Amino acid sequence: MTNPTDASRRRTLAQLSAVSLATLSPFALRLAAAQKPLTVGVIYVGPRDDFGYNQSQAAAAAELKKMPGVKVVEEENVPETAAVTKTMTGMVKQDGASLLFPTSFGYFDPYLLALAAKETEVRFSHCGGMWTEGKHPKNTGSYFGYIDECQYLNGVIAGHMSKSKKLGFVAAKPIPQVLRNINAFTMGARSVDPKITTTVIFTGEWSMPVKEAEATNSLADQGVDVFTMHVDSPKVIVETAAKRGKMVCGYHVSQAKLAPAAYLTGAEWNWTTAYKTVVDAAQAGKPHPNFLRGGLKEGYVKMSPYGAMVTEPAKKMADGIKAKMLAGGFDIFVGELKSNKGAVVIPAGKSLKQTDPALEGMNYLVEGVIGSV
Amino acid sequence: MHKNLVDALLPTGALIGALLLFGLFVWLGGVSPVETWVLLFRGAFGDWFSWQNTLTRAAPLMLTALCVALPARAGLVIIGGEGALVLGGLAAAAVPYLLPLPGNVAGTVIVCVAGFVVGAAWIALAGALRQYRGVNETISSLLLAYTAIAIFKQLVEGPMRDPATLNKPSTRTLDEAIRIGGIMGSDVHCGFVIGAFACIALGLWLALTARGFSVRVVGGNPRTAQLVGLPASGLILLACALGGGCAGLAGAIEVAAVHTNANASLIAGYGYAGILVSFIARHNPVAIIPVAILFGGFGAAGSLLQRRLGLPDASVQVLQGIAFVLILASEALRGVDWKAAGEMFRRSAMPREVPLNSSTKPT
Repeated sequence: MTNPTDASRRRTLAQLSAVSLATLSPFALRLAAAQKPLTVGVIYVGPRDDFGYNQSQAAAAAELKKMPGVKVVEEENVPETAAVTKTMTGMVKQDGASLLFPTSFGYFDPYLLALAAKETEVRFSHCGGMWTEGKHPKNTGSYFGYIDECQYLNGVIAGHMSKSKKLGFVAAKPIPQVLRNINAFTMGARSVDPKITTTVIFTGEWSMPVKEAEATNSLADQGVDVFTMHVDSPKVIVETAAKRGKMVCGYHVSQAKLAPAAYLTGAEWNWTTAYKTVVDAAQAGKPHPNFLRGGLKEGYVKMSPYGAMVTEPAKKMADGIKAKMLAGGFDIFVGELKSNKGAVVIPAGKSLKQTDPALEGMNYLVEGVIGSV
Repeated sequence: MHKNLVDALLPTGALIGALLLFGLFVWLGGVSPVETWVLLFRGAFGDWFSWQNTLTRAAPLMLTALCVALPARAGLVIIGGEGALVLGGLAAAAVPYLLPLPGNVAGTVIVCVAGFVVGAAWIALAGALRQYRGVNETISSLLLAYTAIAIFKQLVEGPMRDPATLNKPSTRTLDEAIRIGGIMGSDVHCGFVIGAFACIALGLWLALTARGFSVRVVGGNPRTAQLVGLPASGLILLACALGGGCAGLAGAIEVAAVHTNANASLIAGYGYAGILVSFIARHNPVAIIPVAILFGGFGAAGSLLQRRLGLPDASVQVLQGIAFVLILASEALRGVDWKAAGEMFRRSAMPREVPLNSSTKPT
C-alpha cells in the first residue's frame, strides 16, 4: 500500500512541482485549473494499515486512485489538534486539493468548520453524522453508515456458534454510536436464543491495545467464547481471542487474515460508495452532497465472508435477515424493548427506522447486556 | 571563542549526520534522497506557510519542555508534564462553570492563570512528595500524569460534559471573546509568543537573579546549598511549581486557542514530547526555543513528506530518532581536548620503535 517505488508517485511528484510553478502566476493557475485533475486529500487519525477504522478509509482512498482524473494525497497519524488544521491547509495550499476527506470524528469541530469558512471553494466531506442543514456551510458534509445492521448479523452468527451462551464486546467509550452497536449485536444473538448474554467492557480509549488485550483475556476467563468489538483497531482483540481458542466477529474491515481459524464473519465499512458519490459530484461540478447515509441496502456497509466453521443453520438465518435488510423490510429497534435496568425504552408497537433521530442519542444498553453506561 | 564554535558545531554536525543517514535510509527504500531533503526543508522552513506550520507545532512544546527543564535545574527529573497540561486545560475550561467571565482579554488572562495555578500545584505535589515523603519524583510525576488524565476524563465525560456533545464528550465551549487568536492575521497563535517569552524570562531568571542562582546551587549540590543556608525544599518546590505552571498554561492555551473546549484530544502527548525537547536543550530554557522549533519543523516536514512521497508517518519518526540519538551522543564529544586527542592519534599512527635487543625478528 505504501510502496515508495511506485512509479505513479514519481509522476505525481512531477505534476505537483509543475502545479506549484503554475501557482506563481494567477493567470496560469486559472488555465491549469481547467485541465488539472481533481486533487483529493484524505486524512487519517491513526496508521493506514491498522486492520481497523483507518484501513477501512484507506481502502476507499485506494479505490479513488483508480478513478480517471483523480489524484489522491494522504496523511496518517494526524491528531485532532492544530496539526489537522495544518494538514488540511497544507493539502489545499501546497498540494492544490479541492476536496478533503478528514476521516476522524474529532476533526469536524472546530478544525474543519473553521477552515471551511475560510476556504469556501474547497469541499469537505467528514466521516460521521455531524452535518446539519442550516447550521453548517454548504461546502461541508458528512457521510456515515448504519453498521449496526452488520453488528446485528454478527450477533446472529455469534448466537448460533456460541456454546457457553456468553458473548463478549470490547468497546471504546459509552457513546451513542458504540451503544447502538452493542445493542444490535446483543439483539441479533438473542433472536437466536434469548438466554444469551453479552458482557461489555469499555476501555475508555479509541486505541489502547494493552487495555483491549486485558479486557479480552478477562472476558475469556469469564467463559465468553465469541467476541466482537468497537475500537479503532480490532487487531489485538482478534489475535488475543484466537490465541485463547475463542471465536470472533470482526469490525471496520475483515480481520480474517489475522485469525482464519477463529474469524466467523465481520461488520465492514464500504466507504467507496460515499467517496465515489462525493468525487463524482465534484468532477461534474454538481452541488456538494452534504448528507450521505446508508446501510447494507445502499452499499455503505458489508459483511465479511463467513469463516469455514460457520454452520449451515447459522448462515441460513443470517442470510435470511440480510435479504430482508437489503429489501428494506427489517427494523432492528422494535418495541417492546427494555433496557438492562428494566426500563421500557421503546414501547410496544413502535418501531424505529434506521434514520430515526432517536437512535442517534442512544444512552442505554438493552436487556441481555451485562455492563453499564 | 573556540569553545563556543565547538558547542555550536556539535548539534549542527549531528543534525547533518542524521540527514545523511536518513537519506541513505530512504535511498535503500527506493526514494531519491535529494528529493527527500528538499521536501524536508520546504515543508519545515521553505516559505511563510511552512514557517507558520512549524511555529504552530512548536508552541505547546516550549512550555511543556520548561516543565522538565526548571525542576531539572533544581536537581529533579520530572516527566509528568502531560498531567499538568491536561489539568491546566481542564481548569481553563472549568472557570466559566464557576464564575461569569468578562468577555475580553481579562477573561483570557483569568483562564490562563487558572491553568497555570492548577499545573503548578500538580507538579509541586510531586516535588513535595519527594522532599517531605522521600518518594522518587520521576515515578510519582509519571503516575500523577495517569491520575490527572483519569480525573480529566471523569469530569469531561461526567459532570462537566456539554450534553450536546453526543459522540465526542467535551466541556462547554469557551466564549468566542475570550479565545486566543492568531498573531497579526497569521495561523500562529499567541501561545508561541507566550512560550518564547516564558523561555527567555525563565532563562534570565536562572542566569541573573539571586533566587535563580540559588535554584542552580540546589540542583548542583543540595547538601552544599543547605550548608550555606539555602532553603533547599522551598527552592525545589518553587522550581517544580514554575515548571508545572508552564505546562498547565500550555494546556490552557491549547484549550483557548485550538480546541475551544476540553476534550480527550487534548491528551496529545505534548507533555511527553517536552521531555525530549528539554533534554536536547540540556535543560537550558533559552535553548528550548530553537529545539522546539526544530521539533515543530520535523512535524511540518513529515506532513509534506507523507503527502508528496507517500512515505509512512513512521519514516519521519525514524529521522527524528536518528537526529536525537546523534545529538545526545555528540554530547559525549563536548569538552574533549582536541589537541591532546590529535597528539594521541599521531603517536598511535607512528611506527613503533623496536628495541635493538628484542627477540622478535622481522619476518
